[in-house]
Amino acid sequence: MAFEHTTKAFDSDLQELTRLVAEMGGLAERQIVDSVDALTRRDVALGARVVAADSEIDQLQRVIEERAVLTIARRQPMAVDLREIVGALRVATDLERIGDLAKNIGKRVNALDNDFHPLKLIRGLEHMTDLVQSQVKAVLDAYAAHDLPAAMVVWNGDEEVDAICTSLFRELLTYMMEDPRNISFCIHLMFCAKNIERIGDHATNIAETVFYMIEGQQILDKRPKGDMTNFADAAPGNT
Amino acid sequence: MTEISVATSVPNAGAPPSAVAGQDERAKVSVRDLNFYYGDNHALKAINLNLVANRVTAFIGPSGCGKSTLLRIFNRMYDLYPGQRATGQVMLDSQNVLDPKLDLNLLRARVGMVFQKPTPFPMTIYENIAFGVRLYEKISKSEMDNRVERALRGGALWNEVKDKLSASGLSLSGGQQQRLCIARTIAVRPEVILFDEPCSALDPISTAKIEELIDELKEDYTIAIVTHNMQQAARVSDSTAFMYLGELIEFGETNKIFTSPTDRRTQDYITGRFG
Repeated sequence: MAFEHTTKAFDSDLQELTRLVAEMGGLAERQIVDSVDALTRRDVALGARVVAADSEIDQLQRVIEERAVLTIARRQPMAVDLREIVGALRVATDLERIGDLAKNIGKRVNALDNDFHPLKLIRGLEHMTDLVQSQVKAVLDAYAAHDLPAAMVVWNGDEEVDAICTSLFRELLTYMMEDPRNISFCIHLMFCAKNIERIGDHATNIAETVFYMIEGQQILDKRPKGDMTNFADAAPGNT
Repeated sequence: MTEISVATSVPNAGAPPSAVAGQDERAKVSVRDLNFYYGDNHALKAINLNLVANRVTAFIGPSGCGKSTLLRIFNRMYDLYPGQRATGQVMLDSQNVLDPKLDLNLLRARVGMVFQKPTPFPMTIYENIAFGVRLYEKISKSEMDNRVERALRGGALWNEVKDKLSASGLSLSGGQQQRLCIARTIAVRPEVILFDEPCSALDPISTAKIEELIDELKEDYTIAIVTHNMQQAARVSDSTAFMYLGELIEFGETNKIFTSPTDRRTQDYITGRFG
């Protein structure tokens, strides 16, 4: 911002909020990576650490909410400042949900005791995770830099995540139909894939928040969607 | 002396030219190319805006930006001081307020004003209201009683003073005095009410009462308010005008101005980044 506030403490309050959101974002990103690492390596201890670390993210969200409410009460922010604070609250809520979804994946590591673990499926999930993690990272960078074009790239990029998720569902259905002993494992993977896909949705929510913070209005366009898992069928092409 | 460029009658004044803020609604007051000078000091520069009927228009801006000056033009208060002049047009319905032939007493009955500091007359509460009415109308005692009661009710003061109408207006609290002044203003049945920082000398409860009153008054009047309290402007007004160095920088819906202003200077001012 070109000018500082006449009240310098107001600038510090806003900077502190942004810093807390960045810290929370860093933790959430690590949780995503760790949860899928734990899953692919069947690392039960890492899965447990992911579950335990979620409380740290929850705690940060509470701190951000308290700081935001206090800043609103003290400074009666207007215009861009008000949007900045509302933005921090919204991003913190999305990050908290991202943390929960990573925790859900961490919880499933323990349950994956089946011998069946086709590498291809795990690779698919890893690929999807890489994509979603890069989306989360990009949108948090866009949030910190107030970079609207970068946020819009993330917003439009979620379609690809949805498409990969749908294709993964199809494959999993095929494996389950081939051999019912695969069902337990595949169901767990399905939930994990869905969790990753939902994390991608939260990244687009954050992109919408960045839009609101910069433009001062809600995004009106409909986001392109590629999630067809509701209609996923074992035979591709029949959906 | 007042120097004026006047269009004494403007056909179709209700349909102002385009590119003027607030143009699409029923304009009660239309300001066109208004310039104002304190001697050599060019205090208002080419102002164009409309005050819309039954809406509250707030004027904000740093000290010396011209917002109070603009307000004082609406009822020609500036005429009281020498060396001040205005050019342009300020149409109240189809009448140019700047017309030198205008009856100022009648104008000020149509355009009432409430000041920063409560200014009750040193007389009874009843007389504070009746005094102004008598200037314009001859009415019977019972009619006057009725008029005083209605004005005090309109000023949200009746319940507090109905048993002491013969007490001095000066015996009231600051907040009550201000509501007495509002009641005095509406007693002469104006069409427009101008508030010049009406709450700056009041405590928060009195302020809340005045704000509530302004909200009720807009049902019947066109209201303009100058305030330094941005939250107050955001709470009470429908439209907000931001002025700076004698210019109208931005004018629009209050909700938009306080959440997403268009002009950088407006944003810097309302977020406390000015200077």
